[in-house]
Amino acid sequence: MVETGFTVYLLAGAGVFIIGFHALLAQAHLLRRIMALNVMGSGVFMVFIALSARTAGEAPDPVPHAMVLTGIVVSVCATGLALALADRLQSVTGATELEGGPAPGPNAGSGGEESHP
Amino acid sequence: MAVLVLGPLGGAAGAFAFPKGGRRLAGVAAVTAVLALLVLAREVVTNGVQLHRVGGWSAPLGIDLRGDGLAVLMLAITALIAGAVTLYAPPYFLPQAGAESRDRERWFWPLFLFLWSALNALFLSRDIFNLYVTLELLGFAAVTLVALAGKREALTATMRYLLVSLPASLFYLMGVALVYGQCATVDLSLLAAKAERGPVLWVALALMTGGLVAKAALFPLHFWLPPAHASAPAPVSALLSALVVKGPYYILLRLWFEAFPALMTPAVAQGLGALGAVAIVWGSIHALMQARLKLLVAYSTVAQLGYLFLLFPLAAVREGGWLAWNGGLLFLAAHACAKTALFLTAGNILQAAGHDRIKGLDGMTQVLPVSAFAFGLAGLSLAGLPPSSGFAGKWLLLSASLAQGQWWWAAVILGGSLLAAAYVMRVLSHAFTQVALATKPRPLPAVQEWTALVLAALAVGLGLAAQGPLALLRLGAPVVLGGAGP
Amino acid sequence: MIPRLVLGTLSLAVLAALSWAVLSLPAQPPGLTAEALGKLPESGVTNPVTAVLLNYRGHDTLLEVAVLLLAITGVWSLRQGEFPAADLRERPLLMSLLRVLLPVLVLTAGYLLWIGAFAPGGAFQGGAVAGGALVLGILGGLAGRWMRRESLLRLGLALGVLVFASVCAVTKALTGGLLQYPPGQGGVWILLIEAAALASIGLTLGLLYVGGRPPAGPAEPGEKEPDGHG
Repeated sequence: MVETGFTVYLLAGAGVFIIGFHALLAQAHLLRRIMALNVMGSGVFMVFIALSARTAGEAPDPVPHAMVLTGIVVSVCATGLALALADRLQSVTGATELEGGPAPGPNAGSGGEESHP
Repeated sequence: MAVLVLGPLGGAAGAFAFPKGGRRLAGVAAVTAVLALLVLAREVVTNGVQLHRVGGWSAPLGIDLRGDGLAVLMLAITALIAGAVTLYAPPYFLPQAGAESRDRERWFWPLFLFLWSALNALFLSRDIFNLYVTLELLGFAAVTLVALAGKREALTATMRYLLVSLPASLFYLMGVALVYGQCATVDLSLLAAKAERGPVLWVALALMTGGLVAKAALFPLHFWLPPAHASAPAPVSALLSALVVKGPYYILLRLWFEAFPALMTPAVAQGLGALGAVAIVWGSIHALMQARLKLLVAYSTVAQLGYLFLLFPLAAVREGGWLAWNGGLLFLAAHACAKTALFLTAGNILQAAGHDRIKGLDGMTQVLPVSAFAFGLAGLSLAGLPPSSGFAGKWLLLSASLAQGQWWWAAVILGGSLLAAAYVMRVLSHAFTQVALATKPRPLPAVQEWTALVLAALAVGLGLAAQGPLALLRLGAPVVLGGAGP
Repeated sequence: MIPRLVLGTLSLAVLAALSWAVLSLPAQPPGLTAEALGKLPESGVTNPVTAVLLNYRGHDTLLEVAVLLLAITGVWSLRQGEFPAADLRERPLLMSLLRVLLPVLVLTAGYLLWIGAFAPGGAFQGGAVAGGALVLGILGGLAGRWMRRESLLRLGLALGVLVFASVCAVTKALTGGLLQYPPGQGGVWILLIEAAALASIGLTLGLLYVGGRPPAGPAEPGEKEPDGHG
């Protein structure tokens, strides 16, 4: 078993990951699902950082540290792409969710930027 | 080796920076990538497995790239399909002339080149974190390419694809974190020495496998594939079905047979095989029920991916395992060629006739004789009729299953072939019906028809010339399969 | 939708498995700290994280810079963005704020890039600050003017990948290895890559915020006559 101080962070990372995962499947609105993905990602990064800090006494392990930086950049890109796609989807179909979304009206896409759940 | 990644990547950046030169840059990048592949293949054949330590460091601190038989085979399939798409795409985007089509082509080239460099980087990498980055590069490019079609069903399919692809990557990444926490390395070869059964690696491998299986669209996580592959532009559909889903599958092979064979229990192998078997039956039945050609071809991909997962139970057994390994990978090559031919043909029909309803395909042989012939040849390989490569691949899998007494897989292989023959015949029976044509369909550029035919011919011909590629697989084969390893 | 009960069970099962794995991690934490620090003198920088990012695992970073460019390519192919253009003379307060803040932010970004070789910092941190500065500029309405130079924007966005790939090609010609810098020159090559990457990262982040391609130019049909063939 690892030192308790870091175990807390590792467990918290696992918890955050699962909260995001649960929300991803439980929520319908695309904006919430994209946020859920970000929460999931934060959980993974937390685990990486805890692993990086785990080297007791010495300097932190730079390898997982650098991996997190890479992961964060990828996650920012994923979020940007997903948001642009969600917006395009809404402007073409009028839908803000995938399952059971509203049928496209004749004026879909011409109106407001966002629909609030 | 580096040029295989840098060539298409530089081309992609160039095509983004100078959109008007996209087509020309793609041509240059394609030639560069093919030449680099030939150089690498020659080195591998003459001098054996090539290891490149990036930056002059070596694993565990650095990242290793490796050109072995399997990697060269995958790179060659990629070069073949991507090369065909480079030829097919310009006339495909041209006929629907106008600003919208020109625009779509301008976005196509950088995205396509990103996809190619991601595939090449993926097949060469020995580092499971580096593989994560290549997976994301591959996934983003694939997703955006589907959205190029622009229609509502394409956008909905893209969103669903993205919402599967992104969490799948995160599951994989969480697995990588656990592996690093346990073994302090992310190198495939070094992991093989450190891997022992234990809770950390069990969970890590379960997470990674779950994510990769979703990306490879194995039943029951296949639901995103048919709409995405069917609604994308034809050259994109070809890339997705022939290559993109093979990326995560390839990582699964590397993980289970090279890095963690110690964790491959009969239950794991049989479980993955069982999902593959259900995919074969489920995908084939759905393919039979489709009214549209592209959806039929897409559901056929779900079924054909199932065969690839039969490799796990069959190759995990020592006796006959090598046979199954060869059969599975030959089948992969066969499927890549045949599926590209089918999607390109479907694109031709869609452009010539303006629709792809299977019932409306009567008289296709009169209108598009070359495409119809290509469809027939590719269908031959799909249904696994001799002498096609689809037949040869299935034959090897079948021989392995019978030699090992795992007759249930043999039953699935044969049953799946009958179903495939049925859905291919359904299309061909319409295509070969002679009718008096009411309207004169639009003529197609010859390139579009001939690229499809050449790939279909290869799908058949590979069955007769499988010895060469299969001999290549010996180089750097996994230790569990009797190979020498790294 | 998945039934609640199934979903809850699934989530709890994954959580249980993950916790089990995390609690079973080895007590003696293995890691690469010693190796990473040991090779530091050869890497050309003294900040171990920068050494990992741009030397030991530079291949990851090359692909990561590619992911950034791919993301903006994807976003631009999907939609057209809104670049608000405002006349800053009508908003004196905002103008004086931006006049102070923007140069400071740009300087900070440059400082972070430079310090990255020795201490926490680097192209990504600097790029994030530069991206923030750009967002501020866009919100202030400065972007309306830049968007007319779409070709320059495209070049700036692609700069990171182009320079990184060129450095790979040049150093490969010099040493024979991918991302293998000539002995003793690691620091210089790394700084070159990082400077280009910083510019592209900053631009990418700022333009991801806008969320679409500029309204004029070749990407937009009908806005401009094609000067050449398609």
